[in-house]
This record gives sequence, C-alpha cells and structure tokens, in this order.
Amino acid sequence: MGPDLTWYLAVAAFLFAIGTLGVMLRRSPLIILLSIEIMLNGANLAFISFSRHHAEMDGQIFALAVMAVAASEVVVGLGLIVAVHRRRLELDVDKLSTLRG
Amino acid sequence: MGNFLVWVVWIVAAFACLGSGAAVVSFTNPFYSALALIGNLGSLAVLYLLLSAEFVAAAQVLVYAGAVMVMFLFVIAYLGRDADAPWAGGPSWQALGAVAAAGALMVEIGLKASGRLTEAPDVGAGFGSPYEIGKLFLTDHLLAFEITSIVLLAAAVGGVVLGTQARDPEPDHPSNSLLQGDVPLR
Repeated sequence: MGPDLTWYLAVAAFLFAIGTLGVMLRRSPLIILLSIEIMLNGANLAFISFSRHHAEMDGQIFALAVMAVAASEVVVGLGLIVAVHRRRLELDVDKLSTLRG
Repeated sequence: MGNFLVWVVWIVAAFACLGSGAAVVSFTNPFYSALALIGNLGSLAVLYLLLSAEFVAAAQVLVYAGAVMVMFLFVIAYLGRDADAPWAGGPSWQALGAVAAAGALMVEIGLKASGRLTEAPDVGAGFGSPYEIGKLFLTDHLLAFEITSIVLLAAAVGGVVLGTQARDPEPDHPSNSLLQGDVPLR
C-alpha cells in the first residue's frame, strides 16, 4: 500500500489554506481567480481521496461536477475582468469597492 | 519495491503540488502565477492517478491544464502589464490576519480529518474508468449531469454577453444596457 488517506487529506488541506491565503492577501482579481482554482482543487483532491478510501465512485462524479463549475466560473470571472479593463479602471479589488450601476 | 515506488511518486507529486501552489500565490507577475498553476494541476493529476481515478486525471489535464489555463493565459496576455498588482502593502494587519486564518483553517481541517480511519479496501481494475464514470453519470447522477450542462450553457451565454457589450461603452446606445451608466464604477 502507498500513502493512506491522511497524507492526501493533508495535501488537500494545505492547498485549500494556501488558496484562502491568496484570496485574502492579493489584490489583483486575476490572482484571486487563480487562488480560487487552487481552493477548488484542494476540495477535489479531498473528494477523490475519500472516494478511493470508501471504494465508491460518487466522489469522482462530484469532482467532475466541480471541474465543470470551475470552468464556468473562470469564463464569467475573466469576462468581468476584461469588462472592467475595457472601462479603463484599475484592476485592484480594493479600489473596485462600489458596485454602482 | 512497488510500494517504495508509489511513495517516491507520491512525495514528488505532493511537493510539486504544494510548491507550485505557494508559487501561484506569491508570484508578482500573473503570467508566472498561471504557469505555476499549470504545474499544480499537472501534479494533482498524478495524485489522482495514484488514487486510481484515471478518468478524472485525464479530464483534469484536458479541461483544466488545457482549456481553462489557455483562456487564463490569453486574458493575461491581453491585459498586459496593467494586471500587475503588488502584495497588499507589506505585512499589514490584513496580511497577518490572512495568514492566521489560513493556518487556523488548515489546523481545523486536519483535526476533522484525523482519526477513525480504516484501511482502504482494494478496488477492481474498472474503478475510475470512463466506462464506470459514464454509467454512473447516466444512471444515478443523471440530474447532476443535466444541471452541469445548463450551468455550462449559462456560463457561455454570460461570457458572450460580458465580452461583447463591454466594448466601447456608449451610454446613449440602447444595446449597452448591461454596463451602462455615465458614472465610472469607482
């Protein structure tokens, strides 16, 4: 047997924590999107390791659904970033604080 | 011998995963961050293979490291140097709080995950294969499958709307209703 569930979960927890750190610490919306991807992947790793641990494939199904949602989220997020950029606004989440229509 | 090899592959993949994850958050240039995220996704695919999730690993490389990251790199190249945002002003209270919150989160996840672990059962050769995944998607998880298609359609429509109407915002033009307004966003 290779490494057991605990090791995989430790990696998943570290990935989720470092993604959280990026979301809270960085100001560029692009890096924030990348950090959200890291968080989603940490959750995916936990899903797949639990799926292997219980010998049930439902966790893998959930991971695939998470991947589809992540792709959709990236499309909308990048569209928003490009729209903000085209209005000549600075790409800084601290300065984009008013959502005034 | 095979056991040893599994451990070697796991250690290399896990440390590549953690190192590239830290690199994504710490690089100043978003282009390097995106490249580090590609490395992160690739090493995660190796971990998925070790967990006998072959189809998810292949989909991870194709969908994430392929399609999604190419889209990211195109947008970063389009934005150019404007996307360069530095760290949040040195080690401020915000940064310290973020580090403390991330550490607390990791400790909490670790505490919840440890204990009451049993030995993982052996699985057959079909575990995680495209055949089994497809069968599950079309029987037990059919609703999730259909909802996923609706989510992807909504995202595609949203991307088109955001991408076309944001060009040259003219407040008088009626087709600019989404991002209309003579006051800037800030």
